Amino acid sequence: MEAVIQKKSEKQGIDEVMPSNEPQDIQVGDKTVGKPFADNPKMAMRNVNVHYGDKQAIFDVNLDIAKNEVIAMIGPSGCGKSTFLRCLNRMNDTIESCRVTGQFILDDQDIYHPKQDIVPLRARVGMVFQKPNPFPKSIYENVAYGPKIHGLASRRVELDEIVEVSLRKAGLWEEVKDRLHSAGTGLSGGQQQRLCIARSIAVSPEVILMDEPCSALDPIATAKIEELIAELKQNFTIAIVTHSMQQAARVSDRTAYFHLGKLIEVNDTKRVFTNPEHDLTEAYITGRFG
Amino acid sequence: MNKSSQNVTLEKVNQSLARRYRAEKRFRAYGIGAILFGITCLVVLFTDIIGKGHSAFFQTHVYLEVTMDSDTLYIDDPTDPQQIAGADYLAVVRASLSERFPDVSGRRDKRALYALISNGADFELRKKLEADPQLLGKTFGVWFLVDDDVDTYFKSRSDDGEGGFDGRLNEKQITWVESLINEGVMESRFNTTFFTSGDSREPEQAGIKGAIMGSLFTLLVTIALSFPIGVAAAVYLEEYAPRNRFTEFIEININNLAAVPSIIFGLLGLSIFIGFFEMHRSIPLVGGLVLTLMTLPTIIISSRAALKAVPPSIRDAAYGLGASKMQVVVHHVIPLAMPGMLTGAIIGLAQALGETAPLLMIGMVAFVVDIPGGITDPATALPVQIFLWSDSPERAFVERTSAAIMVLLVFLISMNTLAIWLRKRLERRW
Ligand SMILES: Nc1ncnc2c1ncn2[C@@H]1O[C@H](COP(=O)(O)OP(=O)(O)OP(=O)(O)O)[C@@H](O)[C@H]1O
Ligand SMILES: [Mg+2]
Repeated sequence: MEAVIQKKSEKQGIDEVMPSNEPQDIQVGDKTVGKPFADNPKMAMRNVNVHYGDKQAIFDVNLDIAKNEVIAMIGPSGCGKSTFLRCLNRMNDTIESCRVTGQFILDDQDIYHPKQDIVPLRARVGMVFQKPNPFPKSIYENVAYGPKIHGLASRRVELDEIVEVSLRKAGLWEEVKDRLHSAGTGLSGGQQQRLCIARSIAVSPEVILMDEPCSALDPIATAKIEELIAELKQNFTIAIVTHSMQQAARVSDRTAYFHLGKLIEVNDTKRVFTNPEHDLTEAYITGRFG
Repeated sequence: MNKSSQNVTLEKVNQSLARRYRAEKRFRAYGIGAILFGITCLVVLFTDIIGKGHSAFFQTHVYLEVTMDSDTLYIDDPTDPQQIAGADYLAVVRASLSERFPDVSGRRDKRALYALISNGADFELRKKLEADPQLLGKTFGVWFLVDDDVDTYFKSRSDDGEGGFDGRLNEKQITWVESLINEGVMESRFNTTFFTSGDSREPEQAGIKGAIMGSLFTLLVTIALSFPIGVAAAVYLEEYAPRNRFTEFIEININNLAAVPSIIFGLLGLSIFIGFFEMHRSIPLVGGLVLTLMTLPTIIISSRAALKAVPPSIRDAAYGLGASKMQVVVHHVIPLAMPGMLTGAIIGLAQALGETAPLLMIGMVAFVVDIPGGITDPATALPVQIFLWSDSPERAFVERTSAAIMVLLVFLISMNTLAIWLRKRLERRW
């Protein structure tokens, strides 16, 4: 029996849905344990509940994201990580059945305020998706698109500059500088994902949300993106959803563990992976379900 | 035990394998049979049409020497355009014929002789003289169109003069024609008239240019209206409209409209555009409006399918950057859906091009000689022209009917090819 469990935990990095054989004896509890709050939050979420139609996907989540930190969100498949992440820049608005309640504060600003325009919000809170999704346009056009629609550059030179800086920050400049005007979709998967990162940092967001950005990539491309995240941390606040606990351990400062729509534990990453406070967290990171 | 059960399994698999192969073969044979059937039908159709119609692209001409004698023409002032226009050119042609056959006498015989030449010959000469007044008083040779009966006779006759279809020609006429043929002044030449004139009661003067232009103007109106309206409706329904009872109702009705017989649209056009808005009958504008109504459902449905096929990841990417709904739609969704929308539109238009019934209802079935010059000139359309000619008893109209069908098919095939080419060309990978 023991050996089987070990095997499972080795496979943790793979994105697959498994029925959760949740240990019966562990209580979920109502309160998040650990340190969900920060002294100097960039974003603060309170009493967040999300429903898809009649089905509730997120239950009463409270969480702060500190300035310039990388927060990792982990948890079994279907526990609501993506749902929660997409609330942070109101991407869920595009899903008709989705209903979000609770408070979302970005620098003292309520992002779900009826008067809040989502266009500037998404310029401030950017997003990188699970599957690389460059526009079927040139590399240059991909990166320049955001600055163009937001009017960030008034002249061509400025735009060129933004494109170059963003591609450099995304660690892609050297690889593509000679073919800026060839199709972005012609790059390799890892390059495409870095292009998507360059595209989102081109509008100088304050927060970048990443939903399993490496799940479609090979280990080398993954390592590049992880390096990149460590660098981006200097200028951006990053929330990353991942299925790889190793990745969470490598890149994040704090880790949040979700379980069936509830936020179970938030703690410093080191603490979560060495000495988790909650039994469910421990069960998950030791691979007893996933 | 294990071993033997494996053997049993293997045996059973082998047995079932043979059956599976047979089933597979049958399945393939059905498919091949269906395709063969389709191809056979197509081949039969094409051989029939081409067999009947190819001869219409050639037209028999006769070479006659004419003298533009000012006395015969009754022209005393060649600088007066009115005199040139009103001159008696037929007299010149007749004089030339009489000279060629001096022993023909008597009113009846003379009339029979003159009937060999198409009665559009005077028009031919008038055009020549108008273009070059210097020709007055000169003698020169002209290739004249012959009458359709002569044309049919010439075409159906074998080289040694046997077995011509004499139709309405009498014996004397046949002798004259044979003598012209023996003299070598009768010749089959490419039928430019067919492509440069409008309809006519005389088959040898009838052409499809009028019908082509009518179809063209009708289709222009249809494209100009149905594509933008269809795309706008599709974009609204697909991207903006809330999902509720009302939009569902609209959707069902669009699908229903696509199945409505086209003649109903003709009736609708008749009562709305002609009855209520008092537009003229038989004009491409009304035809285009009616065909717009008819093609809109097709275009809306195919455009929506194309919009739906745009991957959500592209929308997510644009939304994630802070693009507004309109920017997402205009910058990303529509360009990606364009090949599909264009294909749908072209197929809809090809349908419209071949449509006859609604045009009959709004009077585009009229006999129109003049080539329409705009969307408000009376006109007919290609399929209607085919319908009209197919009703005429003359042999020459039978071949023209098939020739017109060939022209229509060429247009349809090129439109469909264009649709395929556009789809290949504009299709991008993501
Ligand atoms: N568009 C939707 N409509 C209805 N239910 C949804 C929708 N998206 C997600 N859900 C449901 O909400 C719950 C949370 O889904 P979510 O995608 O947030 O999970 P996740 O933690 O990101 O899972 P994974 O790790 O597999 O990506 C799931 O039960 C899912 O079935
Ligand atoms: Mg997810």
